[in-house]
Parts: sequence; structure tokens; C-alpha cells
Amino acid sequence: MSEEKKATIKKIRATGHMRKIMADYFYELDRASRQGPQKIAWCTSVGPAELLLSLGFLVHYPENHGAMLGATRTANDYIPVANAIGYSPDICSYLTSDIGAFIKKETPLSRAYEGIEGVPKPDVLVFNTNQCREVQDWLSWYSRELQVPIMGISTYCNIGKITDNALESIVQQIKDLIPPLEKISGNKFDIDKFRHVMALSKKCTELWKKVLETNMTAPAPMSFFDATIHMGPAVVLRGSETAVEYYELLLQELEERIANGVGAVDGEKFRLYWEGMPIWGKLRDLSEFFIGFNTAVIASTYCNSWIFKAFDPADPFMSMARAYTEIFIVRDEDFKEKYIEEIVHKFKLDGILFHDSKTCPANSNNRYGMPERLEKRLGIPTLTINGDLNDLRCYSEEQAKTNIEAFIEQLEAK
Amino acid sequence: MNCFVGIDIGASTTKAIIINEEKEVLGHSVNNSGADFEVAADQAFGKARENAGREGSDKCIIVTTGYGRRNVPYADATKTEISCHAGGSFHYFPHAHTLIDIGGQDSKIIRIDGTGKRTSFKMNRKCAAGTGAFLEEIANRLKIKLGKLNELAEKAESSIQIGSYCTVFTATEILARIREGIDVTDIVKGVFNSVIKRVFEMDSMEGNVVMSGGVVAYNPFLVTMFEERIEKKIFVPPLPQLTGAFGAALYALESKGKGGLNA
Repeated sequence: MSEEKKATIKKIRATGHMRKIMADYFYELDRASRQGPQKIAWCTSVGPAELLLSLGFLVHYPENHGAMLGATRTANDYIPVANAIGYSPDICSYLTSDIGAFIKKETPLSRAYEGIEGVPKPDVLVFNTNQCREVQDWLSWYSRELQVPIMGISTYCNIGKITDNALESIVQQIKDLIPPLEKISGNKFDIDKFRHVMALSKKCTELWKKVLETNMTAPAPMSFFDATIHMGPAVVLRGSETAVEYYELLLQELEERIANGVGAVDGEKFRLYWEGMPIWGKLRDLSEFFIGFNTAVIASTYCNSWIFKAFDPADPFMSMARAYTEIFIVRDEDFKEKYIEEIVHKFKLDGILFHDSKTCPANSNNRYGMPERLEKRLGIPTLTINGDLNDLRCYSEEQAKTNIEAFIEQLEAK
Repeated sequence: MNCFVGIDIGASTTKAIIINEEKEVLGHSVNNSGADFEVAADQAFGKARENAGREGSDKCIIVTTGYGRRNVPYADATKTEISCHAGGSFHYFPHAHTLIDIGGQDSKIIRIDGTGKRTSFKMNRKCAAGTGAFLEEIANRLKIKLGKLNELAEKAESSIQIGSYCTVFTATEILARIREGIDVTDIVKGVFNSVIKRVFEMDSMEGNVVMSGGVVAYNPFLVTMFEERIEKKIFVPPLPQLTGAFGAALYALESKGKGGLNA
């Protein structure tokens, strides 16, 4: 019989170091925003960051800021502000909370980092629609508001097989960005610098993959909820030595946990997959809730989204096009199903949780019958939780927790 | 240990049931949950003991379920209402079936296999459409006592179509039908149909179907309408509103063989 116990999240030692490198990153951006000389690019999280870094830009990622608004549970202070200027409560709550916060001239960065008064001012806004169309709409608002140029890559969506034609088109779009970006940055494009940044990104992504794959061990050393925090450097510091060093440190600690038989969840009884966006404002709460039931949520599509297997410094344009087109979110249902199936086997999972994130249709994969198909194919149960990445009005705590608890009871009775 | 108690503290009502080792119901009760779940559980348990004629110092194992399941300090264990409804339903219908439970604020569809194990479950999304709360709101708008709905629906010669699935907008639609002079019986039947439609949207109805919950207990005509829709007989346990509480009591009994729940 399942009984919720008092739960404690095990601290990951490397967190202290991560906090420092993230603080350094935000302070560097803030300094450049106020004093220069580096130019600042805003880039969508799976946008062409390596190109921007090679041109000397410092890069700010609005989705990272959106996640901070969610994690600090301030998003709901700002979403209505964006709603009031015509941005629907039904669209991406990263977008609405980020724009709302900008209008109110507030940011969680000021609360976390003394002296930072706002998000860094952009010199250019760069998107890739591989994530969703909203990222373009999001940056377009800033472009109009701040009179800053916007440019980007339009990726095909619902892709099954990735064709050479599609990749050629993406390569051309990346190359087309270079002349205007050279003009804004004041730096000439240098292929060797581009290769160098890509080599660092490749190292970072390989290490991040290894970090996530430590969870193939039972007990799993790190929870999905830990991973959503520790993926920060893979998102905002990829292409730097700092990120590589960080993941070497984190990997070492997790391998140590494995060697000592230490799991993120004591007495790990069940191993689950989290499909879809995190519920940022409930990370700790849900993490503790699962620990209380000796259940480890240990694999996810979300954290895997920053694994870019294709990166190849020898062929930077084509490999970047491939890497940013291969990501899960932009693929068709067949691909997604097979992808999840592979992970379920690899990580020996007992069930799959689908988060139906109200304002993120692109990353809510329960909506076209996938849970039912996977249940039949894999013979393991699935559960869909209704919620949202940032808008906590869409999340019913009691209902979600009762559903999760009943799901665990179902696993126990199996 | 000579009695086994299940208390289901739901969003609207609290149900308590006492059974013996033979799984026979000795007593039961239902009262409103109100704002204090612990008080509601005390009242329900007290009344069930009265009903059972066992007000002495019986030693009981108590399992609580429902939204307020963690608010009863003397409970030996808690279990979700999904497991308890499944257990309660399987006791009366020990074969594979689909259970539809329509409660005060949620509806559930639970699939149970031939051995009594749950194979899947679905609950309504974060919306009260298709639950008892929806019927309460509409009864209130129509100034009809909740207990009268069943009788009115039975008398209907026709049924209005309700387009919205928002409770508030449904009330607006109903006002329009009243202005058109539609008979209240047809309106109430339309409201019942709306509840049924919401349930059908949640999952497919496979195999034998059992219905439980307060809405079913007080509105047996809704079951008849459901049967017409699926064109087969629907099974209803003897105390449909207490199915979850009964399931909880069965868990209490089951735990006895394991040396009690606190062991």
C-alpha cells in the first residue's frame, strides 16, 4: 500500500559550481548590456547559437528567462499583462510571462543577482522555428518594441525522414544570416572560430548525454527534476569551455553515486519517463512527492533535447543544420513514438507520464493518441497530467497528485 | 480486530462504511463534506457506527480515501479513490469491466481486468462539466431541488441539445431555451445528456460497464439514458455512492492478514 512519506531531495554537490558559472554568465551579459563592447544576440534555445558565439556575440536565451519566471513562480504576475495587450492566455506561457515581465520592467535576474536591473538589451534577435512558431512571434514582439532587427531559420515541422533537400535549405538559411550578423557584430565570420565553438558544443552535448545516461543504472543517480536544473549550462553555455568543465564535474559526481549505489530516490521501486515540458513552478514539490513514493522519474524527452549528436566541426554548416533538425519536438508522431520506446527499453522504465501542457501544444505529445498506442505496444501504463509549463492556473495540484498516486498504486498492484 | 472501515472524504460528500470479515455491510452513512474534512469524517464514521448498531469499543482498521483522505489523523492508511472505486466495484462484479464513477467534482473511468487489477484510468480534466457540480449549478439556476432532477428527466418527452461544455455558458444556453418556452423536463433531460456526453469524451466504453457515484445514486434515470446510448445493460452496485468507501473498507480488511496497516 502506497504511503506518502516525508521526502528529502538529495543535494548534488556540483550545484554550487553551477550557480557560480550561471551567475558569471548573467553578470557578463549585464555588463555588456550596460557598457559594451560585446554585442548581444537573443537566440531561441535551439537556435544557431554556435554561429552567434563565433561572431563574438554574447547570447541571451529568452526561453531560459521564461523558465526562470516559471521556477520562481512569478510567471502568473506577468501573463495577464501580456494577455491585456492581445497575447492570448492560450498561447505559450513562456512568451506571455516573459513579455509581461518586460512590460512591467521586472525580472527574476534582479532578485537572484544583485545589481542586475533588467534583461540584457539585444542588438539582434535570432530564432529557429524548430521549437515552435511561438518563438518567432515572441522575438517579433521585441523587434517591434525595441526596434531591433530579427532574423532566423524556418525549419520544416512534423518531419519523418530528414531529406538532403530540407537540410540544404537550412544550411542556406544559416549562411544567409552571416552578412547581416557580421554587420551588427562588427566582426568578420571566421570558419575556424565557428569550428572551434562547434567542437566545444559537441563536447558539451556528449557530456550532457553521458550525464543523462547515468540514469540507466538502478538506482538512478539523478532525477528528471534535478536534470531540468542541471541542463542550464547545456542551454546557455554550450560552445564554451565552462560548460564542458561543468559537465565533467557533474558526471564525475554521478559516477561516484553509481559506484556507491546511491540513487536520487532511496529504495527506488519504480522508474518513470516524463514526457513533455516541466511544470517549472512545481519542480521541488513534485520531486519530493515522487520521492515520498519511492518512485524515480529519470528519463525525459525534454532534457534530451539538448543532445545534438550530429555536431561535426569538420562540416559545421551541414552538421548544425542536421543537429537542429533532428530534435524530437519537430519530428512526426512515428519518430516520437519510436524514440520514446527506445528510451523506455534503455532505461528499463515502468511507466510514462505525459504532461499535457495547456499552452505548449508543440510539446504535449499526448494529444494525438500516443499514450494509448504506447500502452498497447510497450505493455506499460501511461498517465496524462494536465498542467502547464508556467501558467499555474492550468494546474490542479490535488487532481494531479491524486492521479500520480493512483498511478503508482496501479504499478504496485501489477 | 472486528470491524473494517472505509471513509471516502469527497469534494462534496463524505461517505463511511463498516464491514465485517465476511465483507458484509454492517452500517453506512453519507453527509456533506463541508469545509472541515476531519469533522466530516468524524460525523460520517459516527453515523455509520450508529447505523451498524456498534457504538461500543470495537477495534477497527480504518482506511480513508477521497480528496480529504490525508485529513483524518486516526486513519490507519490512505488509498486513492481510484483504487478504492475499482476494488469496491470488482467485489460486486468480479469480471473484467469498465467502471464509470460520477462524483461531486470529478468523473473517472477505470478499466479493471478479470483478476481485479486496474489496467488504466482516466479522470475528467480540470473542469466540472460532466460531474455532480454541474448538475448542482444547473438545478440552482433552474430553482429546482437537486433531488427532483431525476423525476423531471424521466417525464421528458424530448431533450434539448446543449452545445457548450462550460457550466456557466450552459446555464446561459438554458436561459435562452426557457425564454423560448421549452418545458423544464426537456431541459433537465438535455442536462443529463450533457453529462453523458462528457463521460463518452473521456474514454471508450469497453466490455461490461458498471456505474457508481453520487450522481448515479440519486439519478437512476441517467443510467437508463446511458444504457440506451450504449445499447447494453449497465450494472450498478447496491450502494453506488459508497463504492469508494466500500473499496477502502476492503483494503482495511485485506490489511488484516498482513498484520494491520501500521505494521
